[in-house]
Amino acid sequence: MLLRDVGYARPGTTDEALGLLAEHEGARPLAGGQTLINVMKARAAAPDVLVDLNGIDELKGIELGSDGTLEIGPMTTTSELIASQEARARPILSDVCSQIADVQVRNRGTVGGNICSSDPTNHLPPVMVAIGAELTIAGPSGERTVPAHEFFLGVYMTAVGPDELLTKITVPPGRSDGFASVAVGRDGTCIVNAAASANGELRVVLGCVSAVPEVVRPNAADPEAVRTAVRAVSLQPPGDVHASSDYRRALAEIVAVRAATQAAERAGG
Amino acid sequence: MEGGRAAPAGTSRITVEINGTTYEREVEARRLLIHLIRDDLDLTGSHVGCDTGNCGACSVILDGTLVKSCMLLAVQVDGASIETVEGLADGELSPLQQAFSDHHALQCGYCTPGMLMSATALLRENPRPSDEEIATGIQGNICRCTGYWNIVKAIKSASGQEVGE
Repeated sequence: MLLRDVGYARPGTTDEALGLLAEHEGARPLAGGQTLINVMKARAAAPDVLVDLNGIDELKGIELGSDGTLEIGPMTTTSELIASQEARARPILSDVCSQIADVQVRNRGTVGGNICSSDPTNHLPPVMVAIGAELTIAGPSGERTVPAHEFFLGVYMTAVGPDELLTKITVPPGRSDGFASVAVGRDGTCIVNAAASANGELRVVLGCVSAVPEVVRPNAADPEAVRTAVRAVSLQPPGDVHASSDYRRALAEIVAVRAATQAAERAGG
Repeated sequence: MEGGRAAPAGTSRITVEINGTTYEREVEARRLLIHLIRDDLDLTGSHVGCDTGNCGACSVILDGTLVKSCMLLAVQVDGASIETVEGLADGELSPLQQAFSDHHALQCGYCTPGMLMSATALLRENPRPSDEEIATGIQGNICRCTGYWNIVKAIKSASGQEVGE
């Protein structure tokens, strides 16, 4: 497929990348490209300049702090996260990353890319909100940190502005998490998904039912309490070829219960 | 894949090693890696199936990592080392290729180059994979002829494990 004509730059540092994004109107960061290259083929996106982040080592790698906090470089690939010893401190991360697409896509696709593309069917946005991740954004006026529940603004829209970059994902310690989905085939796109975390207050976060991850706070992890909490948020999910709005709403209750049960079981163990 | 290139360019001169041969070419930034491989370098073993990243027929091994070459830009492989299906046979078929032949692991053959590269990457990482691990290893490759079972058998056999009827 022939893409629209585009300029290409491969900076070696975050500062250089931010400079390029600021200097060039219509510039867009290129992470793993497993979404962006495809949408460029369809010309649903047609950036004038691609700022390739693959040469920036400071955006890669996972560090585990002495208090159990993980700092994940957004350009870490999903395969690298799955293989990371450090990332085992928060097991849900590799559990969910290993459910994304296939080997080739996981080898190239990045954690930050899955988050920043903010496709409502992506796996990681609900996980980030459920586990209370914090996202560090760098831009021309410096750095700021945004909690995951304020990060996702709409379909394909996040708190990261056109001249900014996600530079760090900070994940607090915890093991009592769950994730469940109904997908198109075993490894396909999610029709509905849910992440849950029972580290402290139980939080269940639904994906695919709204433009942004939908937070539900059941007062207990038992199925009836979770179902009641999901009903209370009055979801109006989109309908498509895979599931009508009503069916997706019904599935949302089921995956919410499964994710919450898993999180609660891990809390008990 | 070394070094920075600060100023955006529509065209770049790249150097890439494929199956041990070094190529230097001028490429447009918008050119997909699969088109560099097939159209510019005439290595037509890697196929374009879906061109949407689903089918895996374009799979190649880039610096030791299995990727789909329709979802990378050619300029991104400057300085890299790539293996394509043409690199597997060394005068005669590789044991994996021979196993595909012995076990009838292909019918139309369109998916075969990608299957072979995925299986090659899998066996390097996991020399004695289970059926389940083989299924995961080729989950990014679609075959519409075989129903996969003979492919799984061939990969298992190439790993030196017993294969039932």
